[in-house]
Amino acid sequence: MLDIRLYMLQRISALIMAPLTLGHIAVMIYAIQGGLTTAEILGRTQGSVLWFSFYGTFVIAASVHAAIGLRVILSEMVTLPRFALSVFTWGSCLILLFMGARAVSAVTML
Amino acid sequence: MSSIPDMMDVSIWRGDGTFGQFESFKVPAQESQTILDVVAWVQQNQDPTLTYRYACRVGMCGSCAMMVNGVPRWTCRTHVKKVLVNNNLEVGPLRNLPVIKDLATDMDPFFDKWVAAEGVHHPTKTRDAPIEPILPTNAGRVEASSGIECINCSVCYAACDTVANNPDYLGPAALQRAWTVYNDSKDANKQAVLDAVSGVGGCHNCHSQGSCTVHCPNGLNPMNAIAGLKRVTAMSFFKNGK
Repeated sequence: MLDIRLYMLQRISALIMAPLTLGHIAVMIYAIQGGLTTAEILGRTQGSVLWFSFYGTFVIAASVHAAIGLRVILSEMVTLPRFALSVFTWGSCLILLFMGARAVSAVTML
Repeated sequence: MSSIPDMMDVSIWRGDGTFGQFESFKVPAQESQTILDVVAWVQQNQDPTLTYRYACRVGMCGSCAMMVNGVPRWTCRTHVKKVLVNNNLEVGPLRNLPVIKDLATDMDPFFDKWVAAEGVHHPTKTRDAPIEPILPTNAGRVEASSGIECINCSVCYAACDTVANNPDYLGPAALQRAWTVYNDSKDANKQAVLDAVSGVGGCHNCHSQGSCTVHCPNGLNPMNAIAGLKRVTAMSFFKNGK
């Protein structure tokens, strides 16, 4: 149930996520090695446009990528009309986007 | 060389896609014997109502493919000794296709998808034009040549899990044909091919599991052809937005 548009969206979102994932892992290792406290971490991320952009982009790319992946899995496991599949895809994307946006705003907003 | 008992236990699917069951037969083992020989022996000696399809018997026509012990194979070129398990054989109709009766499947969906994948020649010239020489070493020709030995047996189609789970998916054979046409320098409408393989049942549904390539009796590589289509459609998407 993938046409060229969804295929390209999934590949491009994966391309965006790949370096961001590596950056996220690097930050986690750095934070643990250095023994940073939660307050120290929040002190650096809150109000930072850089971290807002970093994790904001990550959340958007992950929401798009995961929603399309879930759509493929569902379409191959259950026979569903195309409209229902689209509702599921958009629904998954919006739920992930909402949850991710909440996390990003909590960590980067003042 | 392993010895074969005098008689083999052969289970053959009887019925259509909705109703039916495997029926057991005792078939005499021969030193050199194909699965098609076994099926023919049952039809000629035990049950003349057994329905199956074959034509050339030498691996050229692609009509005799069946599931043998759960694996799609060309039965006229599959030796019993290669696939016999504990003196048992199970022969069924090809997977992923409607069963007409017993071992004969309806190939219409398979061939309809060849047409849907735009696997047809779009001529650049008329029949009166002189034949245009194409170098065999030309890169496009090399790609096209790698797929032209397809005998339309539908073994790849039966082997494909994506076809099993997504009825719209065009399948490995049709997509390989589209890739061949796309690489033919004498073809005039490559965009039509790209459009045909970019829809909801197109090449982008392939998970690259590779069952088509593993099971192709002619040693072709449809997975590589599908990867090629994914590459050129992605490039077309960036260039033309579709």
